[in-house]
Amino acid sequence: MSAASSDGAPRGMASRPLSETPPIVSLQGITKSFSNATVALRNLSLDIGAGEFVSLLGPSGCGKSTALRLIAGLSSPTNGRIVWPGEAPGQGDHELGFVFQEPTLMPWASVFANVHLPLRLKGRSVAAARDEVMDALDMVGLAGFADSYPRELSGGMKMRVSIARALVTRPKLLLMDEPFAALDEITRFKLNNDILRLWETLDWTVIFVTHSVFESVYLSNRIVVMAARPGRVVADLAVDAPYPRTEEFRTSHLYSDYCRQASEALQATLNEEERAE
Amino acid sequence: MSSADLTGLSGPAPGLDVAERRKARRARVERWARWLLPVVVMAATIALWQWYVVAYKVPHYILPGPDRVVDALVRDWPMLWPALLVTLQITLGALVVATIGGVGLAVLFAQSKWVEMSFFPYAVILQVTPVIVIAPLIFIYVPSKIVGLLICAWIVAFFPILSNTTLGLNSADHNLRNLFQLYGATRWQTLRYLRLPAALPYFLGGLRIAGGLSLIGAIVAEFVAGTGGVGSGLAFKILEASYRLNIPRMFAAILLISLTGIIIFAVLSLVTHLLLRNWHESAVKRDG
Ligand SMILES: Nc1ncnc2c1ncn2[C@@H]1O[C@H](COP(=O)(O)OP(=O)(O)OP(=O)(O)O)[C@@H](O)[C@H]1O
Ligand SMILES: [Mg+2]
Repeated sequence: MSAASSDGAPRGMASRPLSETPPIVSLQGITKSFSNATVALRNLSLDIGAGEFVSLLGPSGCGKSTALRLIAGLSSPTNGRIVWPGEAPGQGDHELGFVFQEPTLMPWASVFANVHLPLRLKGRSVAAARDEVMDALDMVGLAGFADSYPRELSGGMKMRVSIARALVTRPKLLLMDEPFAALDEITRFKLNNDILRLWETLDWTVIFVTHSVFESVYLSNRIVVMAARPGRVVADLAVDAPYPRTEEFRTSHLYSDYCRQASEALQATLNEEERAE
Repeated sequence: MSSADLTGLSGPAPGLDVAERRKARRARVERWARWLLPVVVMAATIALWQWYVVAYKVPHYILPGPDRVVDALVRDWPMLWPALLVTLQITLGALVVATIGGVGLAVLFAQSKWVEMSFFPYAVILQVTPVIVIAPLIFIYVPSKIVGLLICAWIVAFFPILSNTTLGLNSADHNLRNLFQLYGATRWQTLRYLRLPAALPYFLGGLRIAGGLSLIGAIVAEFVAGTGGVGSGLAFKILEASYRLNIPRMFAAILLISLTGIIIFAVLSLVTHLLLRNWHESAVKRDG
């Protein structure tokens, strides 16, 4: 089952090996058009294997956020199906975590209460959830800030609270929509490492939306390159570099090779767009 | 601070530059001025008033001096105080009912666009029709005078609470709403944990306006109701005093009404501050 649509894959692109295990989620021929006649996605097919760290990379407006929202069930496709092979049919809850571009914290609630929110919505009291919430805060290094309010935290810390909130339910699949786009580079590198560490220890599958070629290569073992108008997959690139990845990887030849490949794929979509205009 | 301790220095940090010190001084001066200036202006106004009345020999049945007003306040206190209590009772009663009614209606509106579309026009009609023209009808249809007064004051006061709370309930962050949806929050949970807290600053803004309006509503309704006897409020005392050309008493009653309004506003401002100081931009103290 190939994940990318067949057309337009640039030359020299490493094709992704087929995974043996069934995918955790499978998008099958997804089309999404909005009422204003924008076709955000056309005939998108994509399998996300369990345990993968997938980056969705593409120019602005190519439907990355739309794809993520569809997977999260926040909107429904105009055409096509989203299948969760590992789950009983009709099961509403997909054990998802979602991290938005902004931290999206409740300003009136303490850090603890913000991270507690997903569990509280499932009916777990503060007392019953305390250990899990503190665990999640511990994992992002903010256990000492449980009683602070969001306004007292820096941008990077807020983002970490947002990540703690996403992982407190121990989801199988984590969706991240340009989570670090608004942060400075140093903070972003640090959070990249945090995410990788969590991904390795927690047995997650991650779908990570980003604009940054460098970020996508550093983090993921698979990069799905998308093009706009209409949104579609144009390349599916495996990043075969061992984890744990460190600053050493950032300066390696392998890293720059992959970055070049991904940039070329991205550039191809942009050139195509220019030709179309 | 720990880094300052490391260097073994105490007292005001020597590193505090000139600009910082000037800013601190300005803040101190401002803190004093906030209290001092209104008091000085008030004292000057009263002195001017007194001087004018004496210098131009204004007869006291036209404009009494401040001394006579204070005199009337003290002498008529046994009659003004119960009247103030009546007015206060109506005002606070109306404010409580306006809060319950305003928030209740807003929550109802927030549950369904259809309900909002159907009933919001009535709220607007109640708001834009001057209470003074509805009040006589209300006193005809409602046998109890107190209840009539309450209804009038409520009509005046509830709209800002309703419209502000409606706005607040609808202004919860969109991503947060998505998050609630993602975790399968029920309608009630979304209301309780997201929309109501998000509406709190808006509601409190409405409440502060409603506090003043319920006092105005109570006074206007009393003027319309007009009957004397036991259980009449400050407005009736003013009417009565004006028939008797007892101008100092009128001033004393007006003074009491103004003070009441100021106290209501101050208390509601304090409540707002206490509820929002931890998180809302309007109440958070910023360093630097
Ligand atoms: N609610 C909506 N109504 C109408 N059009 C929409 C809506 N949401 C997205 N679109 C359109 O769909 C297309 C894809 O949007 P989407 O937000 O998924 O892009 P994106 O890849 O996430 O872009 P960016 O990188 O800028 O975030 C855009 O052309 C956008 O204008
Ligand atoms: Mg987006």
